[in-house]
Amino acid sequence: MSLIVFVGVYAIGNPIDTLISPQADQMERAKAIAALGLDKPLTEQYLSFLSGIARGDLGDSFAYGTPALKLIFERLPATLELALAATVIGIIFGVPLGLWAGLKPDGVAGRSIMVGSILGFSLPTFWVGLMLIMVFSVMLGWLPSSGRGPTTMLFGVPVSFLSLEGWSYLIMPAINLALFKVALLIRLTRATAREALLQDYVKFARAKGLTNKRVIGVHVLRNIMIPIVTVVGLEFGTVIAFAIVTESVFSWPGMGKLLIDSITMLDRPVIVAYLLVIVSIFIIINLVVDILYSLLDPRVRLVETDK
Amino acid sequence: MTTPLLEVTGLQTHFHTKAGVVRAVQDVSFSLRKGEILGLVGESGSGKSMTGYSLMGLIDPPGRIVGGSMKLAGQELRGLSAEAMRKLRGNRMAMVFQDPMMTLNPVLRVDTQMIEAITAHAPVNRDAALKRAREALVKVGIPAPDERLRSYPYQFSGGMRQRVAIAIALLNQPDLIIADEPTTALDVTIQGQILYEMQRLASETGAALIWITHDLSVVAGLADRICVMYAGRIVEQGTTEDVLTRPSHPYTQGLLDSVPSRNQRGTKLKQIPGMTPSLLELPPGCPFRERCSRASSECGVNPEPRMVDDTLQDEPHTVRCHHPLRHEVLA
Amino acid sequence: MKKKDKAGESPIRRVLNDYCESWVAIFGALLLGLIIAVAIFAPWISPQNPYDLSQLNFLAGRLEPGAANPDGGIFWLGSDDQGRDMLSAIFYGLRISLSVGIISTVLALVIGLAMGLAAAYLGGRLQTLIMRIIDIQLSFPAILIALILIAVLGQGVGKVIAALVTVQWAYYARTVRGAALAEKDKEYMEAARCLALPSWRIVLYHLLPNCLPPMIVIATVQVAAAIALEATLSFLGLGLPITEPSLGLLISNGYQYLLSGTYWISFFPGVALLLTILSINLVADQLRDVLNPRLQK
Repeated sequence: MSLIVFVGVYAIGNPIDTLISPQADQMERAKAIAALGLDKPLTEQYLSFLSGIARGDLGDSFAYGTPALKLIFERLPATLELALAATVIGIIFGVPLGLWAGLKPDGVAGRSIMVGSILGFSLPTFWVGLMLIMVFSVMLGWLPSSGRGPTTMLFGVPVSFLSLEGWSYLIMPAINLALFKVALLIRLTRATAREALLQDYVKFARAKGLTNKRVIGVHVLRNIMIPIVTVVGLEFGTVIAFAIVTESVFSWPGMGKLLIDSITMLDRPVIVAYLLVIVSIFIIINLVVDILYSLLDPRVRLVETDK
Repeated sequence: MTTPLLEVTGLQTHFHTKAGVVRAVQDVSFSLRKGEILGLVGESGSGKSMTGYSLMGLIDPPGRIVGGSMKLAGQELRGLSAEAMRKLRGNRMAMVFQDPMMTLNPVLRVDTQMIEAITAHAPVNRDAALKRAREALVKVGIPAPDERLRSYPYQFSGGMRQRVAIAIALLNQPDLIIADEPTTALDVTIQGQILYEMQRLASETGAALIWITHDLSVVAGLADRICVMYAGRIVEQGTTEDVLTRPSHPYTQGLLDSVPSRNQRGTKLKQIPGMTPSLLELPPGCPFRERCSRASSECGVNPEPRMVDDTLQDEPHTVRCHHPLRHEVLA
Repeated sequence: MKKKDKAGESPIRRVLNDYCESWVAIFGALLLGLIIAVAIFAPWISPQNPYDLSQLNFLAGRLEPGAANPDGGIFWLGSDDQGRDMLSAIFYGLRISLSVGIISTVLALVIGLAMGLAAAYLGGRLQTLIMRIIDIQLSFPAILIALILIAVLGQGVGKVIAALVTVQWAYYARTVRGAALAEKDKEYMEAARCLALPSWRIVLYHLLPNCLPPMIVIATVQVAAAIALEATLSFLGLGLPITEPSLGLLISNGYQYLLSGTYWISFFPGVALLLTILSINLVADQLRDVLNPRLQK
């Protein structure tokens, strides 16, 4: 994996031309090349890259001059906060609406929710972001149009959600990012709910004389939460990836914006660092989802200690 | 003459699907006294389960009860509000389903599922409810009830799960229990046990029991009265002895003949020729016409129930047939 | 041999009938037809050729929708900073967005079908290898893969299409493999094998047509996804070059003018993009419902 990434990113494209002003003469070019280590043969570059990873050092950013990994980690909390906020918003709106559509699929509300969900994932995220800025920042002047604003520290990590002002910066990008998620969650919840309602245990619960509230709220919900949580968890990585776009639109100082800038500037160490961090995040997410699943589904839990 | 606990008259349940109207239950009438056990016998698609669901008010759209009346201890069930119906379900009428694997919710603990059946109908605190649940499990013969209460359904065997379902049905001491093929999905040995348990519990609690099955042999030793259903109608009704020893409808006779143990060794097994008609495309007249060796042009008109007057008892034995097997029939 | 309906009604007619049961779906199809027509006939119906520099007048820049064009006509949707008529720019942009989307989908479909069918039909180690690659690729979000590819390959139309194709093919391959595996053991396949037909003929004429229905739905949805992805890439400046301005590029052009209230440069291309994607999704949604339960048996 690392070989593929390395070869791909390093061997193609020449960052020198971007970073060094065209007026520089041969001497300065040679010096810069040497300083960045680009004059050594490719294999040597790869080896020093690997040893760097072992030490936790992915090289310095070409553009900023600081260690690439450090740059990524500085921006990580911002991205994570945005992704988490979007996920939470997605669940708050997506699950109840999907449940409603699943319970009353033929009603006016149910059908409009479904059509609405198609609209939701047809909307181009970046354009919606622009429109949000236009309406809420330019025309109404309620919310700031870009940036993150002042942050408060939580366990040594800067976060925005603890302050109202922080929220004014966070809310638009979070809703923007959540839009796609809400649409997908509506469809997922509706599908699983409809399937669950056909099960015998629902009929039996009704036969016991339980209130509809309990049948839906406890019996059905507990069952559909399993696939929903699994999907939400697995999709979290996608949310982080989509955050790239949202961060660019709203100039939110996260990893995504950094990636785009780095690609444009061919700042390879940063690109590589980003990829490695993202891959690790994906692996961690998969692990967490596995654990969550075993917590939620009792049939999976006691596999080792079966009677 | 005691007033019957359950009185069903002319019940009709139809399903309005895209493909047409499925007349699942057509003009079904029977009554049940307190403590009586009724066997509702028929093959798949005969409408027997649908009758049970109709009584419990568990018919989901596109199905609807479109005609007739059902009276529980004099109270008309049809037309009751959803909330009133809910109060009766699991309380004065209870149902046990066929497949115990799926009737218990797999992600909830057994005690949760039992306690909620109690608290849905009376403000009982959790400890008292737990105690009642425990007693119920003991009554149905489940060992180590405390441990079982804290377990999940998947940790039980099929027979145990069905016992739990029966225990839940008995929790609120219902007057009527409807058991929809409760032993079909179980081993034959367990079947016998469950049959015995249910009979014992029914007589202990004085509850009336409707046992829905396709297997005549199951109800032979259990039921007081039997209703034989075919294509949504009751074709023969009477005491167990009457129906099984002196069957009047050709279909009943056919069912009896096809039980393997009744055959002589070495002779061919008898079967009823033909197939059950689809409830969507029922031909007019008697639905058994196509398969009946006694059919004639008269059978183009659907027969009304008539009394079979062949024995001296005061239990009515009725049959829907133009050419019943018993000759002494009152017109 | 294609499976025909018992009632003798041709499958296509039946599909059409079922499709038209929903008003929303009919609306979607009509809208899509309109958009495709606009894209095809763009050069003939645009008031102005937005890429002919001689037709542009800088002084007519950033005029509001409905303002008059000093050179004649009206800027129905306003003009951008270079004096281009937005309506025309959108028509041409639709052309490019749609073509890129469709071309990349078709290419990805062909590659995906080939790989998936090969994996299912030939089995063994080849299948494992292909499926492994597919699994790895599908566990990453499309946008990430596309971005990395652009970073590595550089910009340009061909490279963008290559990126879009790479992102999509795995999905087709996996689906068609699943369908092919299910169909492989059916009787008509055995009949074909008994006739000693050459493998390629069996796959192409017998296996493939019966695997197609789910692919139709997926391909339709993917066209929309490809268009959206290309627009996103172009918006970020990493997509199509300025010489082939798709709707995404038009939107990003207008980004800088947003704060000063000149909204139309970003707004209208976005609406066009939205309508395109929406209509495709509406059609795909209904197609999925219509094609699905039929093909179970």
